[in-house]
Amino acid sequence: MSWLNNFLFVALPYVAVVIFCVGAVYRYRASGFQYSSLSSQFLEGRGSYLFSMLFHWGILILFIGHLVTFLFPAMTLAWHSDPVRLIIDEIVALALGLGVLIGLAGLLVRRISHPRLWVVTSRMDLMIELLLLAQIVLGLWTALGYRWGYYWFAADLSPYLWSVVKLNPQIEAVSAMPVVIQAHVVGAFIILGMIPFTRLVHFLVAPFHYLWRRQQLVMWYWDRKRVRDPGAGWTETRPGNN
Amino acid sequence: MDIRSQVSMVFHLDKCLGCHTCSVACKNIWTDRKGAEYMWWNNVETKPGTGYPTKWEDQGIYKGGWEKVGGAISLKGAGKQKGLLNIFHNPNMPVIDDYYEPYTYQYLDLIESPAGDDQPTARPVSLITGKPIDIKMGPNWDDDLGGSPDFARNDPNLKDLSPAEQEAMFQLERMAFFYLPRICNHCLNPACVASCPSGAIYKRGEDGVVLINQNVCRAWRMCVTACPYKKTFYNWHAGKSEKCILCYPRIESGQAPACMHSCVGRIRYLGVVLYDADRIHETASVAEQDLIDHHMSMLMDPFDPAVIAAAKANGIADSTLHAAQSSPVYKFVKEWGLALPLHAEFRTLPMLFYVPPLLPVMAAVKEVSHREQEGKLSSVAKTWDDSWLYDTSTEELWGAIDQARFPLKYLANMLSAGDEARIKDPLKKLMAIRIYRRWKTVGDISQQKALDALGDAGYTPEMADAIYYLTSLAKFDDRFVIPAAHREHAIEMLEYTGDNRGNAGFGFKAGTMQRGM
Repeated sequence: MSWLNNFLFVALPYVAVVIFCVGAVYRYRASGFQYSSLSSQFLEGRGSYLFSMLFHWGILILFIGHLVTFLFPAMTLAWHSDPVRLIIDEIVALALGLGVLIGLAGLLVRRISHPRLWVVTSRMDLMIELLLLAQIVLGLWTALGYRWGYYWFAADLSPYLWSVVKLNPQIEAVSAMPVVIQAHVVGAFIILGMIPFTRLVHFLVAPFHYLWRRQQLVMWYWDRKRVRDPGAGWTETRPGNN
Repeated sequence: MDIRSQVSMVFHLDKCLGCHTCSVACKNIWTDRKGAEYMWWNNVETKPGTGYPTKWEDQGIYKGGWEKVGGAISLKGAGKQKGLLNIFHNPNMPVIDDYYEPYTYQYLDLIESPAGDDQPTARPVSLITGKPIDIKMGPNWDDDLGGSPDFARNDPNLKDLSPAEQEAMFQLERMAFFYLPRICNHCLNPACVASCPSGAIYKRGEDGVVLINQNVCRAWRMCVTACPYKKTFYNWHAGKSEKCILCYPRIESGQAPACMHSCVGRIRYLGVVLYDADRIHETASVAEQDLIDHHMSMLMDPFDPAVIAAAKANGIADSTLHAAQSSPVYKFVKEWGLALPLHAEFRTLPMLFYVPPLLPVMAAVKEVSHREQEGKLSSVAKTWDDSWLYDTSTEELWGAIDQARFPLKYLANMLSAGDEARIKDPLKKLMAIRIYRRWKTVGDISQQKALDALGDAGYTPEMADAIYYLTSLAKFDDRFVIPAAHREHAIEMLEYTGDNRGNAGFGFKAGTMQRGM
């Protein structure tokens, strides 16, 4: 089985990361016009509020939670040394996971039950939706079946992920994990590699710059202070566009 | 003083005959595409009516425009906090059913059906799903007050009218309506621009046209919510928002926009207005009753030497200044005080102005006796079976406005932020012109009475003649005064033209495409 473990936990992560990086850039350059999630709220707006909110906020917070545990394992262990905090965080994560499951399932039912939405649904949309659904089911299974993930993720999985980052993969710990957790890890890498080719690219262009840009935008053809100054255009060579 | 120029518009509502030629011209050029079938960048609504999309004026539903909270203004349903918190689902966005589901008919069935016992029919099919649908709503479903119980009665502008006033408006004998053609207002304080998380929407500095950069748009759809006039539309097929572009390719080449060019009633005027950009924020933030006056005072006199000097310092071309000086829009809005912005209370400072409709306001319905008239007629002639008379007489000069069958409050809710005195002023002026022309052409009014009426309205006979000319006789070039676009200057700035000396033509110009078309 070592060849399979090598493939799943050594080759797949690198392939996924490379495909994600190269694919994201390539797709932005090749078809940047379509770099968004094709919103369907306009065609069916009322049924999606609860499900969309549950799914998006849930997956966002869970993703950040996974990221923090991976990046700062020692801090996570220290924080959860208090059992009250540990139990509260376990419950919060489980609740968010259930929210994501309900949201995702609701969105899938909505998409299938409204014929108008079929015309804006591609096969890739369904595929990524089913993959995410499988991933969240595996995640919930993990949360219920293999408790105190804050401990074993920080202690065992985080070092594995760090070893992958440091180009010196150590897969003993992850190879010994239960199959459900292994499937969850493999699923994460598959989804990562698929992101550039699905509607999930929309989170790569999330509009955080809106927070610090000025409200009104005015664009000029020309530099209006210089355009009609007879001396201007000729004193400098190649003035840039505005 | 930061003087900028804006291509601005006036629509003369008294002249609109509701033919929808403008809408069709626009649709044929710009929105005859998949995903855009339901869009009418230009549409004509019957008022009273709920409009397109349904009840767009009710910001309690759609949360469009700006609201004043304390001393500052903020977007009502979008903006940095509300917009980003609602980015996963926009609760105030209109959906397709608020417009209508676009459809066509299976015309081919009419000629390709096999012979049978029944006539073949052309079934309606949805342009979204391609499946047969039961049509529930279509463009201008409420045209000419059709379906009034559902549409006209629910007009948001009726909100301050007493039940008795509303009842009076909808009595069959008293019913009146007028048309409201609408395009993007190309506002000075555009809510769509401020609401766009991607920063895809911008106002062009040179002529004030508001555009959406399709490459930057990421379909967050906040502009659809933010625009209180609902003139940004979401293309469900492309996943991009779209809006009226004021036919900028036509304007840049000196042509009038398609809707205006094709206007049968010649109600549309287009011209340059100079405004002071330093005062936009202050003007948009004043108290509601001062909004229109402040908006008007931002529009600067193009003959004032100080304004001209400031405009030149900002790089505004002499040809643009000249266009501003002969602008029909400036005349209607500022010189003559005849035109008002639509729903100033949304605080976007719209740059499309409307001359309010006089006719449904002026005409009164009187109860009269027809007995005397009927006595003169032979027995086979038509007899009146009611005693109502549609009265457009000018016996009392200003009385008709107050006793109009169309409550002033209704027009005030639309065109003067609820201020009845503000809407009465242009109506009075229009009436004065009418009386003056009646003296000149019909002659049943004395000269003294006509001149008194003009004097009351603050007009001289010369002004009255000019208004009459621009309203009724104006030629194409009087109605559309379009400044040159001066692209050559832009090209010169992009590249050192000396490089191309000796080349044929302009040489290779990579830079000109960088403006994000």
